[in-house]
Amino acid sequence: MSDNQTSLTPNTREIDITKKTVKMQVSATDKIISTIIYILFSLFAFICVYPFYSIIINTISANDLSAKGEIIFWPKGIHFQNYIDVFKIPGLGNAFMISLGRTVIGTLLTVGASAFLGFMFAQEDMWGKKFWYRFTIITMFFNAGIIPWYLTMRSLHLTDNFLAYILPSVVAPFFIILVKTFVEATPKELQQAASIDGAGIFTIFYKVILPISKPILATVAIFSAVNQWNSFQDTLLLVTDSKLYSLQFILYNYINQASSLSTMVNLQNAGSTAMATLATKQTSTSIRMTVTIIVVAPILLVYPIFQRFFVKGIIIGAVKG
Amino acid sequence: MRSQSMRSNSFRKFLYISPFMLLLAVFAYYPLYGWVYAFFDYTPPIPLSASEFVGFKWFHSLVENQVKIDQLMQVIWNTFGISGLGILFSWLPMIFAIFLTEIKAVRFRKFIQTVTTLPNFISWVLVYSLAFSMFSSEGMVNGFLHMTGLTDSPTMFLQSSEHVWWTMWAWATWKTLGWSAILYIAAIMGIDESLYEAAYVDGATRMQVIRHVVLPSMMPTYFVLLMLQIASFLNNGLEQYFVFQNAFNKDTIQVLDLYVYNLAMGGGSYSVSVAISMLKSVISVVLLFSVNGLSKMLRGEGIV
Repeated sequence: MSDNQTSLTPNTREIDITKKTVKMQVSATDKIISTIIYILFSLFAFICVYPFYSIIINTISANDLSAKGEIIFWPKGIHFQNYIDVFKIPGLGNAFMISLGRTVIGTLLTVGASAFLGFMFAQEDMWGKKFWYRFTIITMFFNAGIIPWYLTMRSLHLTDNFLAYILPSVVAPFFIILVKTFVEATPKELQQAASIDGAGIFTIFYKVILPISKPILATVAIFSAVNQWNSFQDTLLLVTDSKLYSLQFILYNYINQASSLSTMVNLQNAGSTAMATLATKQTSTSIRMTVTIIVVAPILLVYPIFQRFFVKGIIIGAVKG
Repeated sequence: MRSQSMRSNSFRKFLYISPFMLLLAVFAYYPLYGWVYAFFDYTPPIPLSASEFVGFKWFHSLVENQVKIDQLMQVIWNTFGISGLGILFSWLPMIFAIFLTEIKAVRFRKFIQTVTTLPNFISWVLVYSLAFSMFSSEGMVNGFLHMTGLTDSPTMFLQSSEHVWWTMWAWATWKTLGWSAILYIAAIMGIDESLYEAAYVDGATRMQVIRHVVLPSMMPTYFVLLMLQIASFLNNGLEQYFVFQNAFNKDTIQVLDLYVYNLAMGGGSYSVSVAISMLKSVISVVLLFSVNGLSKMLRGEGIV
């Protein structure tokens, strides 16, 4: 009872939802429900984290143990040779540069375009504004399909071309909505004052809008960077030149090899010689896992820093979008 | 005079955005021209200009014999099954959000939210890599079952056609549940404080507050998201099914997007594949507008 008394005083440090829940009467069934909630959420959190954890401990454990799937909770026979070996794989460094390059260039262009277009669509007087805004937004719900898209890209000579990674993603309707909503929520007077002082549209954009839009632009940047880093389908469809392979594509090839090998074992129709050649060609389990860690590492590193940030960003956008 | 300068100013503003509109025209609208491939007898090395115009031949070919009909029906059945499971459990993120906000320990709640949104930010290739490390015949799960003596021979989790719809649903849920809950959390934070006050005054228990205050406030958000999900019923996406497909589960995992890809890139049947793509896009647009109309009728506002 005394617990309830103290918690009735408003707790200003915390966000609303805590205030709402602490005032509730605590009955026996409530306690049972609470316990169940805690257990279920802990379980789901475990399921979300364990796969990452298990791969990490496998990459630093003795390779023969991890190949048999015996590393479950703790690393055994710790070593870091896998991380040294993995950098010797030909093509991996190049794929890393491709992934990094498309992420940096693509993100810069997407953020710039989203900021500018979001700002422009928040302008009241633009020729055909309503039409062009719809022209942009409709593409979120409608596309021709991947094969017509592939055939178009081919006819534009964008197959085996680095630009194919960048150009299609520059105009991103969802990000434009986010920025437009944000700019529309800022005081009109800011832009008007600058305009009276003789500032042109680019000056207003650069000096007034960009500085105040930092939070939403950071959200757009992180989403766009994650999209670029994770992108796989465009390499799959458009690229045959191994110089343009991304990390995701290389990783997929490794798992696919491993997967076809175990498929053959599973089918039990493979001749022993074919099996032997495949087995020697196949990338070892620990190397495959190490590549996985290298591909996922940037996300794992960046994610905790930006998590709260983009949750706020998406909520700002969700209000309208 | 003044209005003329304003008009030229407003046109100048359009000129500034025109390069971007051109990009959009090229990458989002020009591919629609690719639909003409569906009406030609197109085989890759021969250019379209030298290909024969065949009208609706490829559309007819989809249903010309029982084998093809069966194949297409299986693909549509898979698409419906997997999308259907998603829609059947579309309330999960809402429940997730409601119970998450019920957790009083702030740190625990923030930890759970952080951890459960993480999978949303990794690619399907990475998800498959995790899945393969966990569930392949040499993976951790089989290793664990073997060590504890529960099984002798490894279980083929990934290389089986059994329960594929469910495993695909489970992976998709694992990846997106925490993230999808965020919109509902935003909606819960927006609930008017006085509604809670009124409920306490009436002596409502926790579950009663959830049932009579929180749930009804979630309904508009749920409805919009459900409608969008129904509108994109045919678009399961390619990546998830592409990475998880293998010789064993191929028949039950092939959704329309994967089927279209396999037909063109695997079999070289571009024209048929474009024909299916085209039908799919048209049906999707019809679905979107129907759902939008339905939403306008029921709630007085559209979703698009």
